[in-house]
Amino acid sequence: MFSYYLKLGLLSIRRNPLMTTLMIAAIAVGIGASMSIITVNYVMSGNPIPQKSDQLFHVQLDSWDPNNPNDDGSFDPPDQMTYTDAMALMKAGKAYRQIASNKSSMVLVPQGDDERPFSILSRNTWADFFPMFDLQFIYGSGWDDAADYNMERVTVLSKETNERVFGGENSVGRTVRLAGMDFQVVGVLDEFHPVPKFYDVTNGAFNEPEEVYIPFNVGIEYEIPRAGNTNCWKPIDGEGFEAFLNSECAFIQFWAELRSDEEEQEYMDFLNAYAEQQKEFGRFPRPLNNRLNDVMEWMEDQEVVEDDARVMLGLSLLFLVVCLLNTIGLLLAKYLGKSSEISLRRALGASRSALFVQHMIESGLIGLGGGIFGLALAWLGLRGIEMLFGDMVENLVGMDWVMVLTAIGLAILSALLAGLYPTWRACSISTAKQLKLQ
Amino acid sequence: MLSMQNISMVYRAGLVETHALRNFSLEVEEGDFVSVTGPSGSGKTTFLNIAGLLERFTDGRYELDGRDVSSLSDKESSAVRNEKIGFVFQSFNLIPDLNLFDNVDVPLRYRGFNANERKKRIETVLETVGLASRMKHLPSQLSGGQQQRVAIARALAGKPRLMLADEPTGNLDSKMALGVMELISEINRNGTTIIMVTHDPELAKMANRNVHILDGRVSNGDIEVPLSKVATA
Repeated sequence: MFSYYLKLGLLSIRRNPLMTTLMIAAIAVGIGASMSIITVNYVMSGNPIPQKSDQLFHVQLDSWDPNNPNDDGSFDPPDQMTYTDAMALMKAGKAYRQIASNKSSMVLVPQGDDERPFSILSRNTWADFFPMFDLQFIYGSGWDDAADYNMERVTVLSKETNERVFGGENSVGRTVRLAGMDFQVVGVLDEFHPVPKFYDVTNGAFNEPEEVYIPFNVGIEYEIPRAGNTNCWKPIDGEGFEAFLNSECAFIQFWAELRSDEEEQEYMDFLNAYAEQQKEFGRFPRPLNNRLNDVMEWMEDQEVVEDDARVMLGLSLLFLVVCLLNTIGLLLAKYLGKSSEISLRRALGASRSALFVQHMIESGLIGLGGGIFGLALAWLGLRGIEMLFGDMVENLVGMDWVMVLTAIGLAILSALLAGLYPTWRACSISTAKQLKLQ
Repeated sequence: MLSMQNISMVYRAGLVETHALRNFSLEVEEGDFVSVTGPSGSGKTTFLNIAGLLERFTDGRYELDGRDVSSLSDKESSAVRNEKIGFVFQSFNLIPDLNLFDNVDVPLRYRGFNANERKKRIETVLETVGLASRMKHLPSQLSGGQQQRVAIARALAGKPRLMLADEPTGNLDSKMALGVMELISEINRNGTTIIMVTHDPELAKMANRNVHILDGRVSNGDIEVPLSKVATA
């Protein structure tokens, strides 16, 4: 009977094209508006590294001012770490893997005479960054631990940078000039665009990843300018870069890979012991409040999906409800207009439930139409958001198959919900009276 | 075939009660051709609706083909209607955007027949009413008489035991009406019980029995009409 009901539904839709168009348009507008916002929220709240997000922990040490809140107004530990603490944790090496990293800006000078130098952003990090975050390479690999400790001038290029500088060729072993120094290319990354950019949400959760990667110690040794946020709660004691490194200024993101609850607990014990030790040196004046948050906890803590995005989501769903109320009115008019046919079918042996199913399938078909056109409107909506906000939202406005299917599913579900009351009304009319009226 | 005992039908609108049928009793034997007459508002249509399980009655007992159908669920009464009863309406009630084949197909779909069985039955009944060659036509492409023949074919397709006809010639001219009545009489001769509501005394005489309804009751003038009159009407 399903195919028969489909045939009847299509016939009914063709019978009154204007009304059908209005209904599809109402659903499409609602779906288009809500799916634009749902897509942005979906991408914002997605898990950027699902295969191991529960094993990667952002580390916070509470070294902050006992009398004043953080820059974010809370008494939570600072989001970033001081150089002193980051180096101590790296040296201790208590986690299965750990990395300290920060962002720098520098100038890349291409080799060809015709090419002009350009500014790029660098991620200054440790060898474990690449295996820890499951980065894939097109050519070569990351550097090794020895490169970190020997401060070797090696670099990993993003796929885009390699295409720009070396035309996409295998550049491993070649030299690239960064920040006025020659670096040897040891690897070229495959596509890497985590959304959110979980490993450094402090400097923009939806920014693009950096274009090159160099050893953290090289960045420190050559005092390559920092590009990210730096927060200090005490004046820097002295002058120069060395004084800055020894200050209470936090500018480093620190991550640890911990493979089990036991490892997590041991690491937390280690952090607390370290903080107690630092208290003896007059640091860490606050009560113990160190934290380990896995990737999704950290996204939640940082409110990656901001409140106004949630409000927009609510408003867009309300708009969908308004569109559905219009659809209910139109469906009611349509189905009550079919009273004579419904009564006839009742007389010929159709039960109320059979007619109910028939009309719900018709509603579903209208929803399918609304979903398809709604997708087109959602695509336009996302392009509009991209035009309005530019690079800020570039990573948020792409629809994947999940969202396409969600849009179609939401449209059909919406139409089915909208069709419930009109269908019930149409199937409840008095058959005898209706037949007599004809 | 049909047995109604003391059927009452009361419509209530606020405090006002309207008695459409009062202690209405009727027996119709298998193979009967019963015409039902009476003035407007006498209860003819209410009787037909109850007989066709389209309306629930207030009181009494109704047996159809030996089965008490007084308190069936919607699904059960729909099934009984589909299997045992064929309807023919005054205004034909064909679905305008379905061709003749698909119009006749409607009750068969709800019976759950497979495609081959449905096709065979549809072709047979359209052959019976003389419209087999036009099964892909839309109702609007047919005359009124032809449309009523399609409606009769639709009623016959499920091979019902009982055919209920409500003023089947009411919208037809006399020539077309005669043709339709001849078809209905032939169907009766082939064994289908027929109950036909009509205002026309001449058409009523074509039945082999007439029931006159007055004020919701069967009046005393239950007339036996010789079957031979059908031919001369």
